[in-house]
Amino acid sequence: MANGQINSGNPRVDIEYRRKKNAEEMKHQVITFALMIFLTLIAFVAVAYEGFTGWFIVPFILLLAGVQVVFQLFYFMHMSHEGHEAPKLFMYTGVLIAFVTILCYTTIIWW
Amino acid sequence: MSTNAQKRGFGATLWDYLTTVDHKKIAHLYLIAGGLFFLIGGLEALFIRIQLLKPNNDFVSAGLFNELLTMHGTTMIFLAAMPLVFAFMNAVMPLQIGARDVAFPFLNSLGFWLFLFGGLFLNLSWFLDAAPNAGWTSYASLSIAQTGHGIDFYALGLQIAGLGTLIGGINFLVTIINMRAPGMTYMRMPMFTWTTFVVSALILFAFPPLTVGLFLMTFDRMFGANFFDAAMGGNTIIWEHFFWIFGHPEVYILILPAFGIFSEIFAIFSRKRLFGYSSMVFATVLIGFLGFMVWAHHMFTTGLGPIANSIFAVATMAIAVPTGIKIFNWLFTMWGGSIRFTTPMLWAVAFIPSFLMGGVTGVMLGSAAQDYQYHDTYFVVAHFHYVIVGGVVFALFAGAHLYWPKMFGTMLNEVLGKITFVLFFVGFHMTFFIQHFLGLWGMPRRVFTYLPGQGFETSNVVSSIGAFLMAAGVIVLLINVIITSVKNEKVGNDPWGDGRTLEWALSSPPPYYNFKQLPLVRGLDAYWIEKMEGKKGMTPAEPLGDIHMPNNSFIPFLISLGLFIAAFGAMYHGDEGNTWGIPVLIFGLLFTIGSMFVRSIKDDHGYHIPKEELIDDNDKGVKA
Repeated sequence: MANGQINSGNPRVDIEYRRKKNAEEMKHQVITFALMIFLTLIAFVAVAYEGFTGWFIVPFILLLAGVQVVFQLFYFMHMSHEGHEAPKLFMYTGVLIAFVTILCYTTIIWW
Repeated sequence: MSTNAQKRGFGATLWDYLTTVDHKKIAHLYLIAGGLFFLIGGLEALFIRIQLLKPNNDFVSAGLFNELLTMHGTTMIFLAAMPLVFAFMNAVMPLQIGARDVAFPFLNSLGFWLFLFGGLFLNLSWFLDAAPNAGWTSYASLSIAQTGHGIDFYALGLQIAGLGTLIGGINFLVTIINMRAPGMTYMRMPMFTWTTFVVSALILFAFPPLTVGLFLMTFDRMFGANFFDAAMGGNTIIWEHFFWIFGHPEVYILILPAFGIFSEIFAIFSRKRLFGYSSMVFATVLIGFLGFMVWAHHMFTTGLGPIANSIFAVATMAIAVPTGIKIFNWLFTMWGGSIRFTTPMLWAVAFIPSFLMGGVTGVMLGSAAQDYQYHDTYFVVAHFHYVIVGGVVFALFAGAHLYWPKMFGTMLNEVLGKITFVLFFVGFHMTFFIQHFLGLWGMPRRVFTYLPGQGFETSNVVSSIGAFLMAAGVIVLLINVIITSVKNEKVGNDPWGDGRTLEWALSSPPPYYNFKQLPLVRGLDAYWIEKMEGKKGMTPAEPLGDIHMPNNSFIPFLISLGLFIAAFGAMYHGDEGNTWGIPVLIFGLLFTIGSMFVRSIKDDHGYHIPKEELIDDNDKGVKA
């Protein structure tokens, strides 16, 4: 797909461009990986710490989970690259519809 | 090697259709199956109208009446309107975007067979036990309490058919995203393709809630679960929400392709570019989006509370805005155009006021406070028949006349077509217009009879006569189809003379590989642009080369058959003293999984049509 295309007739230029791009990508992945481990640690600490109630811990961990999903999709599954507009659109739409459904179920059916 | 031109026996043709993966043949299958279910659903409607012809009628019993009205609704929505819409999508959409087939031909075939086996299963209920009788909405408290297997047929049959629809929707999405011809940008896609795209997205998001709801229902009724049983800690309202989260988008799934078909018709027969194309696209997407935010307007009287009711009422009324945009665009398309009143155009012109009336009563019903008055009366029946018949069914008739030459290579008779139109149009308004008033006078829906002296007699007679006029219209159409097929006078590429989009650049019906060379699209209404510049056909976007084609396969039929068998096991295993239910269920599922396994491990790379054969055709001037 978008990654496999060679735009330049000069193979040298292309390789250098891709090498630079890959190095950048690698940097992002390492940073994200470190951040994800850090977030996981925070989640464990939040549960272990005596002072927090369940009303804080559960939404907090869910929020961290949401951030992790975004990291996973954008940095490890390359959704930040070009050529992913359609999947992005459909995922956002799905998330929105699921959110409205859950909101409705929690507000007007169960509570 | 040119086997496609050979005359073949009935058995070979049947086998060809059982195994086909060609989107044009699958379109034929959808059209035939959908048409058959349309006739069955129509027959049920006639029985309902005969029963209501006079007060205290005993043409059918109360129980049978419940079955008739349930099966009429279920059949018409799931087994007639959906597959007929799919028939046109399959037949036209790949041609409109300049593709050789859909993205997954195998899945396309699987989708059809799942739908057909689901539909057969549902309709076998008439012969095996009793038909579903809790209304097409099958609200949980009632449907859980029903004895007999009627509701089981509903839950299992729709599950199988719904699976097919979901597969079909995903297939169309991938096709439109990935397989557009060179130059066919999103904003150059014909309106029918756009509506197919939005509808497929709606299917993708709307059918999973139905699947979940049906599974919960299946487990509640057949495997001892209690999701909807309040006495056991369940919640009966969940079904209503699941059903309408699916059900409201579902009606847009039906109406948007109708809008697409009419957009094509207005442009073709006004000889003008569709007015406000980009606003039409915007309105289509917006309707699809808003369709997910309004489902609770079907549940105003459930007791959601004033805040929820108000939110959903406002969202509902908002949908009138993009729909209004569309209505005005169609009117402006006709304005100043050189209009020809062919049969499709007649349906399209009649559609605007008919659908508008349904839309206006829709806004009335969308007002939560008023809805308490209209709820469960014939006013509601009149409203949704005005949008579904006046919108969707009109579009299906119009589409059948418009695309018949493209699907079968022959033209339906215009005179008979116009007779069909007049009979059906008059019958439709006779049947349903009076029902608005019946509803306002207090006649409840879904009740099998009424007493004399309540002022309902004359109106019900008028309504029933209208139903018979509609039936007469359909019979004239059937005669038309038979005459046309017997005469078999083949027509050329562009039989209407003013075709604008890519499908009219191909022969009627198109060759099985559609495009010898993928066409270069230079703007909206690609074929019209070429015609206006004096060219005979499309400019090719690629050199002539071998064409890769998928092989036919019988496996989709077998996969669907397995689920069909499994459904019988699931349904009967709970009966007193039943021993074969569970084995049959397991056998059916293994049969399906086994067929899928064979499909997975068997290497099937398809075949190539060699370049030489294509050149040959060209020299003789046979193919487009």
